[in-house]
Amino acid sequence: MKWALLIGALCLAGCNKPESTYARNSDVKAGDIKSGYAFLQDDTKALQDDDFANPGFLWVDRGKRLFETAETGASTCSTCHGAHGMPLKGVAAHYPKVDAKTGKLLNLEAAINLCREQHQGLEPLAYESDDLLGMTAYVASLSRGEPVSVDITGPAAKYYEEGRDYFFRRKGQFNLACSQCHNEHWGEKLRGDTISQGHGNAFPAYRLEWQDFGSLHRRLRDCDTGIRAEPQDYGSETYMAVELYLAKRAEGLAMESPGVRR
Amino acid sequence: MIRISAPDTAEMGEIVEVKAMIQHPMETGYRRDAKGDVIPRNIIKQFRCAYGGNTVFEATFFPGIAANPFLAFCLRATRTGPIEFSWTDQHGETWSETRQLTVS
Ligand code: HEC
Ligand code: HEC
Repeated sequence: MKWALLIGALCLAGCNKPESTYARNSDVKAGDIKSGYAFLQDDTKALQDDDFANPGFLWVDRGKRLFETAETGASTCSTCHGAHGMPLKGVAAHYPKVDAKTGKLLNLEAAINLCREQHQGLEPLAYESDDLLGMTAYVASLSRGEPVSVDITGPAAKYYEEGRDYFFRRKGQFNLACSQCHNEHWGEKLRGDTISQGHGNAFPAYRLEWQDFGSLHRRLRDCDTGIRAEPQDYGSETYMAVELYLAKRAEGLAMESPGVRR
Repeated sequence: MIRISAPDTAEMGEIVEVKAMIQHPMETGYRRDAKGDVIPRNIIKQFRCAYGGNTVFEATFFPGIAANPFLAFCLRATRTGPIEFSWTDQHGETWSETRQLTVS
């Protein structure tokens, strides 16, 4: 992979103890927490800031249309979640969240699919399909500017721990942990990229490298693949748990979806 | 999906900005998939904007154009009439969208 050279250099410093399963303890100091936006080039920032030029709005528009359109025999999302029902403004900032009925951790994609199944009698939408990305982007866009804030107490605690474990666990052929890039080396260069602190507040987002819009799980799969580790499945419980850990770690950052990234 | 930004009204002689974006992969034909097979080229070839039936902006696209092409340009408002945006891909399929401009 193209990261190989620089990761190789990181490894010289960090990979000489293959027996250590976890990276050393580290964090981003509370006062230093910055969105990935802060590490973008001006052109990319400008693309995110312009609600017309930002290609993510193609998906927001798609989601809004789906939200207001009835599929055969079902009521529309807007019937229940319109201005006079249970508006969804601000809710995305509190995801992932444990479903009170099943005790399962749900990210926004899963919460939308659950609603389709339980309240509309429809099949769940496929992860990473344009329709689910669009719906997620639309619901997330209703929380733009809201501070990220998640509950990690009670039934959520074990998911938070699982996510934290994944973040510090060294893996892949390069034997690197998320923390070694996003806690220990943020602000430094990895080839053409500046390593950010690895927050999820812009997702789903448009990535120029993808030439496409994608979920946070797609981004995580890229990071795992970059260190030559086996990526987890889309919508997997592990990535949901990582998402919760990342959200807690990013607490207070403004929601940006639909973000634009390199 | 198509996104258009154009004013509904303008004064006679005013210069107005219009913007258009279409969701399209603009697959170059030079990339390969995970199995090593060439991903076939799939691009938009032509964009046209007609105002009151006359072409006022036209563009030919090539494989180097990024996905979801975005165009912005200016028109001089000279009469009330439709602004029609149309895209044609390499297979001849077309998409179009129309906005009405009222000039006072
Ligand atoms: C070898 C270094 C490296 C490792 C290890 C790594 N990443 Fe990344 N990550 C990057 C780079 C480079 C980017 C793209 C630039 C940036 O940081 O936003 C990125 C981007 C991200 C982003 C998107 C940030 C944004 O604002 O767009 C998230 C979230 C993320 N990583 C999470 C993780 C997680 C979780 C792990 C562990 C599974 C991980 N990363 C492992 C290098 C790494
Ligand atoms: C028949 C009414 C109904 C319809 C239709 C409906 N929902 Fe819901 N939705 C609910 C109720 C009730 C809840 C509260 C949680 C629960 O009981 O499942 C909810 C919860 C949610 C939540 C979580 C809100 C939170 O505060 O965490 C999201 C997101 C959501 N719905 C999205 C959607 C979307 C998107 C659609 C269309 C695909 C949709 N819903 C269709 C009734 C509905």
